[in-house]
Amino acid sequence: MNLLADILVLDFSQFLSGPSAALRLADMGARVIKIEKPGTGDICRQLYVSDVMIEKESTIFHAINRNKDSYAADLKNPDDLEKIKQLIAKADVMMHNFRPGVMERIGLDYEIVKAINPSIIYAEVTGYGDSGPWKDLPGQDLLLQAASGLTWLNNNNNEDPTPMGVAVVDIMAGTHIAQGILATLYKRAVTGEGALVQVSMFESILDFQFEVLTCYYNDGNQLPVRGAVNSAHAYIAAPYGIYKTKEGYLALAMGNILLLAELLECEGMKLFTDSNDWFSKRDEIKKVLAEHLLTNTTAHWLTILEKADIWCAPVMNYDELVEQDGYKVLDMEIVVKTSNGLSVSTTRCPIRVDGQVLKYEKGAPLLGEHNEEIEQEFELVREAQYTEKNP
Amino acid sequence: MIDLPLKGLIVLEFCQYLSGPSAGLRLADLGARVIKIERPGTGDAGRKLAIKDLWVDENSLLFHTINRNKESITADLKNEEDIAFLKELIKKADVLIHNFRPGIMKKNGLDYATVQQLNNRLIHAEISGYGTEGPWKNKPGQDLLLQSITGVAHTTGNGTNGPVPFGISIADILCGSQLVQGILAALIRRQKTGKGALLEVSLMESLLDFQFELLTTYYTSKKQPQRSHVSNGHPLLSAPYGVYATADGFIALAMMDIHVLANAIHCTELEAFEKEAAFAKRDEIKAVLAYHLKTNKTAYWLHRLQAEGLWAMEVFDWEKMMAHPAYRQLQMEQVIDAGDKKMITTRCPIRINGERLTMNKPAPSLGQHNEKVRKDLIKPTA
Repeated sequence: MNLLADILVLDFSQFLSGPSAALRLADMGARVIKIEKPGTGDICRQLYVSDVMIEKESTIFHAINRNKDSYAADLKNPDDLEKIKQLIAKADVMMHNFRPGVMERIGLDYEIVKAINPSIIYAEVTGYGDSGPWKDLPGQDLLLQAASGLTWLNNNNNEDPTPMGVAVVDIMAGTHIAQGILATLYKRAVTGEGALVQVSMFESILDFQFEVLTCYYNDGNQLPVRGAVNSAHAYIAAPYGIYKTKEGYLALAMGNILLLAELLECEGMKLFTDSNDWFSKRDEIKKVLAEHLLTNTTAHWLTILEKADIWCAPVMNYDELVEQDGYKVLDMEIVVKTSNGLSVSTTRCPIRVDGQVLKYEKGAPLLGEHNEEIEQEFELVREAQYTEKNP
Repeated sequence: MIDLPLKGLIVLEFCQYLSGPSAGLRLADLGARVIKIERPGTGDAGRKLAIKDLWVDENSLLFHTINRNKESITADLKNEEDIAFLKELIKKADVLIHNFRPGIMKKNGLDYATVQQLNNRLIHAEISGYGTEGPWKNKPGQDLLLQSITGVAHTTGNGTNGPVPFGISIADILCGSQLVQGILAALIRRQKTGKGALLEVSLMESLLDFQFELLTTYYTSKKQPQRSHVSNGHPLLSAPYGVYATADGFIALAMMDIHVLANAIHCTELEAFEKEAAFAKRDEIKAVLAYHLKTNKTAYWLHRLQAEGLWAMEVFDWEKMMAHPAYRQLQMEQVIDAGDKKMITTRCPIRINGERLTMNKPAPSLGQHNEKVRKDLIKPTA
């Protein structure tokens, strides 16, 4: 039995934070129905990236929304809203990432939904929470990276603040809302109670920085200083970093400088005999090391270092990665099919359950693709059951 | 205070450092009783791993950050008596988490097949670096190395730089998050079927999943993602997406129509570019923007951009962020009494029924709960 078999999730969210959470729930066996605006749908459908499209929709949309159904409904139309409420009455989870106040205006805020379905888990993702001066600002990944201090942790000190090049805020917020949903679904299975679960992207990206933020809170508020040379972590000593070699790059994690100097035959590094200097003089040490590593190939250095159990790795791009046996053995790629027969290669869920990888073939839905099926299956009718038409 | 959702559940954490312990922390935040099982004498190696030489007691501030709100017992996995005790404990537990290298739990007689015999309701969850088979299975599961191998380092920084890793342990944290999701979903199934589960997540699969947008685009186009040479914010996105220097600081610009942008900031040179070229000519466009944005202050640009509804934000450091009312109203910090010191740390980011989840229970000293756990969970032998 799938972990989340028989769980029905209505997902009103767009872009990545909410939909990535719904994707994980779908991966683990929940049925996810995207509730989308007729005509346009999830804005992500039109977010073309890198000039790559599949069926005139962005590759990103197909990655995020595999294995979901789509129900198009105009939440401003009373008939559609009535049907949505009938669907809500049968759902286990509903989630959205509208800005604060939007669900109140539509008439689908938690109080109203709870009256329809008291045991529902109602989950919302906001940018900055539902109060405070930033509550109406867009919850957008790069902007949250900027607001949260995150960009001052990456790259060398002489470079501008540098954002992480993957939508880390959306994805962290997605994992947090999924955790909240699952924890309260578990409690509901025990007690029968529903719940309201809220996550903001701001709180999520602060949580992501919990180790270094806690350091800042308790060290008298000293701002992090990125290293000047091959910086990989503002708080970690030499040799931690990525180094250029004769033909590529080499990553070195924490290690003993003197042992490294010996193994690599790097005379200049042997001068740093006091391990207390490995943090305070990390730029000097790394400069010496960086020059030395340029003199030979990544493979050469790896042969020496791996033999001595030093924490090291080659730095690969996707072309190199997908050729590795260590990648292939994971069986990470799946092919999903859209309803008009198009195949899309994407990644699978990273969680293995009872020794099995979780795979399925269902691709992302066309906008409103499942309207008819869902209306029949859930017996959705226009007649008012939950909405007073003439208040 | 509401009844936390995982109240009453017992989690045994056979983990060190960050990936497993961060999963244990989230389960504790959500109400589970998390018991660290540690090696006598030394314990979790994270106890002695400090950043900036910050210590709370004999344990580092870092350890206290990751392990607050947990209990600790010591057990020697090479000692038969201790193994027998752990087996009794496993009979009472709901979840077992470990991040040993593949094969170690089997050697200790605590592999899934064995523990399932003891307790078929147990959720057995394990973290590895690279999975349990294949040529890399015995490699150390270290964050920077995983970022380097999986292509993450090629997403960040400008295309003119070498690979730039994330300055946070992304693989550890994501892997911990994924494991928590699996554990919670398995607890939901157990409530229906009475049966436990085996869950496995690796740091590598977590980082591949993390890059699912980039990888799906790569599988389709067969083209490597390229970082822009100027103000790279995300390899797949067009101009102006990125961070720019202004006359007095930095500003972040997300997705937007470049002509609306040109108008909002009075940048006539920008108008010369076709909207459709925002990806193909992003380096040229961003170079024009970078030059223009240096001519005035962040507040000036922000005012103009936000008035047009464009997605922009000042780039804050922690000092400026913490001084802002938007940060303060979150009440993200909590104070923990750790021994004779007070430490400040972050709370769980999830709110339930409108309540913030805070707990002021500190991290345990090594073996602090040896007696308590025996008393609470193991029946005295006759």
